[in-house]
Amino acid sequence: MSGFDTIIEGVLLGGVYALFALGLSLIFGIMRLVNLAHGDLILLAAYLVLSATTALGLPLAAAALLVVATMFVLGFLLQRLVLERVLGDDILPPLLVTFGLSIVIQNGLLLGYGADSRRLQAGAFESSSVTLAPGLSVGLAPLTALVTAIAAVALLQLIFYRTSLGRAFRATADNPAIAQLMGVNERNVYAIAVGLSLAVSVIAAIVFGIRASFDPSIGPARLLYAFEAVIIGGLGSLWGTLAGGIVLGLAQAIGGRINPEWQILAGHLAFLAVLMVRPRGLFPARRT
Amino acid sequence: MSVESIPIPASREECVVEAPVWQVRVGTRLSRVAAVAGILLVVALAALPAFASRNLIQDLIFVLTMLTLAQLWNVLAGWGGLVSVGQQAFVGLGAYALFAGIVMAGLDPVAAIPLAGLFAALVAAVLGPLLFRLEGPYFAIGSWVAAEALRLICAQFKSLGGGTGMSISPGELSQMVGLKAVQALLGLRPAAARDVLVYWLALLLAVLVTLGIYAFIRSRHGLALAASRDNAAAARSVGVRTARIRHVLWIAVAFATGMVGAVVYLQKARISPDAAFSVTDWTAYVIFIVVIGGVRTIEGPMVGVLLLWGLVTWLAQYGSLYLVVLGTLAILIMLFMPRGVWGAAARRWQVQLFPTQRWLGRSQ
Repeated sequence: MSGFDTIIEGVLLGGVYALFALGLSLIFGIMRLVNLAHGDLILLAAYLVLSATTALGLPLAAAALLVVATMFVLGFLLQRLVLERVLGDDILPPLLVTFGLSIVIQNGLLLGYGADSRRLQAGAFESSSVTLAPGLSVGLAPLTALVTAIAAVALLQLIFYRTSLGRAFRATADNPAIAQLMGVNERNVYAIAVGLSLAVSVIAAIVFGIRASFDPSIGPARLLYAFEAVIIGGLGSLWGTLAGGIVLGLAQAIGGRINPEWQILAGHLAFLAVLMVRPRGLFPARRT
Repeated sequence: MSVESIPIPASREECVVEAPVWQVRVGTRLSRVAAVAGILLVVALAALPAFASRNLIQDLIFVLTMLTLAQLWNVLAGWGGLVSVGQQAFVGLGAYALFAGIVMAGLDPVAAIPLAGLFAALVAAVLGPLLFRLEGPYFAIGSWVAAEALRLICAQFKSLGGGTGMSISPGELSQMVGLKAVQALLGLRPAAARDVLVYWLALLLAVLVTLGIYAFIRSRHGLALAASRDNAAAARSVGVRTARIRHVLWIAVAFATGMVGAVVYLQKARISPDAAFSVTDWTAYVIFIVVIGGVRTIEGPMVGVLLLWGLVTWLAQYGSLYLVVLGTLAILIMLFMPRGVWGAAARRWQVQLFPTQRWLGRSQ
């Protein structure tokens, strides 16, 4: 059953990667912005939840709500005060600003929390498992991660295709100028998109922080996994991103099973292989 | 000069004599003065080891190698539009190729430097077509992924120290070409003489790379590159081979970056995958230099590297806080002075020491 275990482990790991990737995919889809600070913002969210549960003593659910609201406001302000000024035809300024932000957040966390590994405490939930079939049981926390990822994709799809906000998102993504003529406030749409991206990242941070320990230096690696999931899945498709996350998780689980040192490398090589064979990803959006 | 002031010839014969001839010019009187001053500065820097302390020489090795990396990133990202966050890949590959050449093949360190550059260029040639499939901003993260993959691969080589790294003993470096001559010339001990030799190599590399980029940007190929960045479709329509020019640039930059990596690690004589492929040391600092100094200028990285040197000297003891300050400064500059310190000054006072912009002038 060892091979089967590896596959289950990979799929469940993929749920976390998909959650990392959703926020990145969201703002790239709407505003063509690649946020190089995405991984560090996930880490920031994880540390904020940690502080809310330990320093303020809130239960995890309440802390999650508080941090989701905080990160949404932070994202809104980040777009209105900083990113808005550098978005344009030239791709260099937004990349450099978000790269600078990545370095500031990473080292700011190092100053505030130190370099020690931390973990979010979720009580008995962390170690309990459910039996899916005779002889096959999976940890409750990893399973919740995958279910959360599926729920998040479904919710975002719903927002995108069933609400007026989603219509504004899609219209602005297609043509900001014409969307504005139709009465869409482009600045607000962008700011809400960044806020939403960071709010989704909080969910990713909590799910990740319960499963594994984290320290301030691992933000960039989260960005790379998120990015790999997006590209493997194919641009412009949220379900594709979920699939991409699962492919990445599988590659890492299989690589890690062969040799623990190869886990991360196997993920990177899978990404490069997909880029070589199917540069538009495995499940690209039909619309070009 | 206004159009009205151009004399209109009365007849065809006069036309030959008096017709104004317009031509595209790049140089200015100031730029010719700057060229002479630049030569004098390089000569002075080359003679410096005769007087300077070993500390200053080591600091200048840092300044010169960072300047070279910044010039290379500036041409790649600024002029070429290939915003790479993975240039540490080629620093690391160059460094590892140098160590492999010395330890495994028994090569002379100085001879191994160009080979290290060739190795980096070879890997870039393979990776390029793959990464170019990623558009604009996605290329940035793609190059970062490639660098991470190469770091993990280098950590697999147990003969080169695996994940923890390795050192080269001074004995292995004592037979280096030119070392005895430097020792005799300046009367130094082997370790100090090695620093001087590395310093000269770094200076040579900085001068060659800066001159090479300057000549390239002023040539018609530089114009073709800028055109590919601004509008690839339009550039192709006038006959620019956009994919080829970017690929060649990517490989050439990797070649030079690999040599810089080899020179840096020849001085350090100790390597580890985490240090040689460090995104902070080899890409964040480099981007900081270019952003602060001024993107798309030859002078910008020179100003930027001096500012970084100052900040390192004052603030490096504060560790993380120093990087927070650096990152914040880069963001503020990008928001309020997007042309950088030099770019803003050049615009304010109309000064260009190494002009790369073309303007239409009338001869005589």
